[in-house]
Amino acid sequence: MSAPIASSQKLQKAQKIEIYSRFPRIPALHFAVYVGLGALLIASIGQVSPSPERLWDGIPRIFNLMDRMLPPETDPAFLVRMGWRLLETLQIAIAGTVFGVILSLPIAWLSARRISPLPFGSFLFKGLVSLFRTIPDLVWALIFVVTVGLGAVAGTMTIVVDTIGFCGRFFAEAMEDSDQEPQVALDAIGASKFSILMSVVLPDAMPSLINTTLFALEKAIRSSVVLGLVGAGGIGQELKSAFDLFQYHKASAIILSIFVIVLIMEWITDRLREKVK
Amino acid sequence: MLQISKIRKTFGELHAVNNVTLNIPSGQMVGVIGRSGAGKSTLLRLINRLADPTSGTISFDGTNVTELKGRDLRLWRASCAMIFQQFNLIERMDVLSNVLVGRIAHHDFVSSMLRQYTDEERALAIRALDRVGMVQQALQRAGTLSGGQQQRVAIAKALVQNPKILLADEPIASLDPANATRVMDSLRTINQNDGITVLVNLHTLDTARKYCDRIIAMRAGEVRFNGAAHELSNDLVRDIYGEAGLETGIDESVTSTSIEEASSSNDNQQIA
Ligand SMILES: Nc1ncnc2c1ncn2[C@@H]1O[C@H](COP(=O)(O)OP(=O)(O)O)[C@@H](O)[C@H]1O
Ligand SMILES: [Mg+2]
Repeated sequence: MSAPIASSQKLQKAQKIEIYSRFPRIPALHFAVYVGLGALLIASIGQVSPSPERLWDGIPRIFNLMDRMLPPETDPAFLVRMGWRLLETLQIAIAGTVFGVILSLPIAWLSARRISPLPFGSFLFKGLVSLFRTIPDLVWALIFVVTVGLGAVAGTMTIVVDTIGFCGRFFAEAMEDSDQEPQVALDAIGASKFSILMSVVLPDAMPSLINTTLFALEKAIRSSVVLGLVGAGGIGQELKSAFDLFQYHKASAIILSIFVIVLIMEWITDRLREKVK
Repeated sequence: MLQISKIRKTFGELHAVNNVTLNIPSGQMVGVIGRSGAGKSTLLRLINRLADPTSGTISFDGTNVTELKGRDLRLWRASCAMIFQQFNLIERMDVLSNVLVGRIAHHDFVSSMLRQYTDEERALAIRALDRVGMVQQALQRAGTLSGGQQQRVAIAKALVQNPKILLADEPIASLDPANATRVMDSLRTINQNDGITVLVNLHTLDTARKYCDRIIAMRAGEVRFNGAAHELSNDLVRDIYGEAGLETGIDESVTSTSIEEASSSNDNQQIA
């Protein structure tokens, strides 16, 4: 209690009573909900979390796997092939990001509140972007592998859709956040929505658009690496077949190269971001 | 002649502008006064069609403005220039480009995108800047100017629109007395030399009295007074500004005294 000890007994008593009466009484319904949620949580932990025994058993197997992976494969012919696969991965990421950003710009414009030339239709494009965003990239990859076949094209299309889901939203937000007052002035002069976009909205939002694009590129590189696991081209495909064929030395070489390439790309995008600032 | 007939604008339950009828002959300088929230800004926005009326019509020289759409609406807006309290310039753009933006409604998609303006338009912009004494800053970024300078650039932008009407929404509310005087002088000169109708919303009664041919006083969305400045009686002022009406009026006169002192001591840049 924060009340000074020197204060009179009466006062302390009064404060005590007040504290008791302030103690929240949980309504029965809420209490029942809390208990239910607690039970659900405990049951879920039991079913999907690793138990201590299983973790313990797993440790030697991890060391065993690492032992079989080392040293990484260094056969020149293999490394050259992996180099080409890495290049393909980067191409998927970059081409997908570029097309995705190009498509995101008009979609963001159409969906941005107050800035869209469509008075009521903007929610339609907002919905489309949410749909693209909420479906995970591996699911998109599976869909495109089924529709356009195995390989890099499916991967690129996945990155395009993924980029629209990401950039479509953040581009629209950057446009909505752009300086309001000159837009009103242009509106009052009789400028078209397109003129307003070109002369105020885009220049004002540009730093944010570039930043978002760089994040999208980083994201695209990470996902282009894993898309191959479901057959959508790139280095991931090699990784999967190396594991499938128990070629652990090759697998470790691939993982190392992925690590290096992601690191390099992050370094590059960080430098670019600094330049934008 | 601007004819406003039974115009009304409601926001939910609120009548921001309530059944206003006004006839404003071309070439007048009209001051719109009233307390904050009286509906002054909404009235100007309705004329420019930044806001659409709930009911009623506005017509200008026989054209029904409230029915315009598409390109006709854009051309109407261009001919009805607007000045704002916060200047509303594109701050990162230079002064000359900001003024040229006044021509934007006369350009199509492509040329507005490439900001291709003709030589005549550039000359027009320079002349407009000269009139408000801002030629020297033509290539400076608008954001680096003082408030008073930005407002003068906004007036130059309005001039290149070749407007028939100039609507100014509290153009001096953010300015110090010296700059306020300059801006009001500019508006008055444009009104008298170019014959452009000017509607200016003002907080201060005395500024309206000093500059305007006619005063329109609003309260709660309605027009309470419409006539020459000298006809505005104390009772009416009390009605318009509420309980503290006369005191406010006296307060305003203090401000306006300082305006006059500033204008006489200042190297007053008259606009040609
Ligand atoms: N876009 C809007 N939405 C809701 N209410 C508004 C809007 N614009 C103005 N109002 C209301 O309408 C009334 C008149 O506003 P306004 O025309 O800005 O008055 P003034 O310019 O005289 O201060 C105010 O009560 C204001 O809150
Ligand atoms: Mg206002």
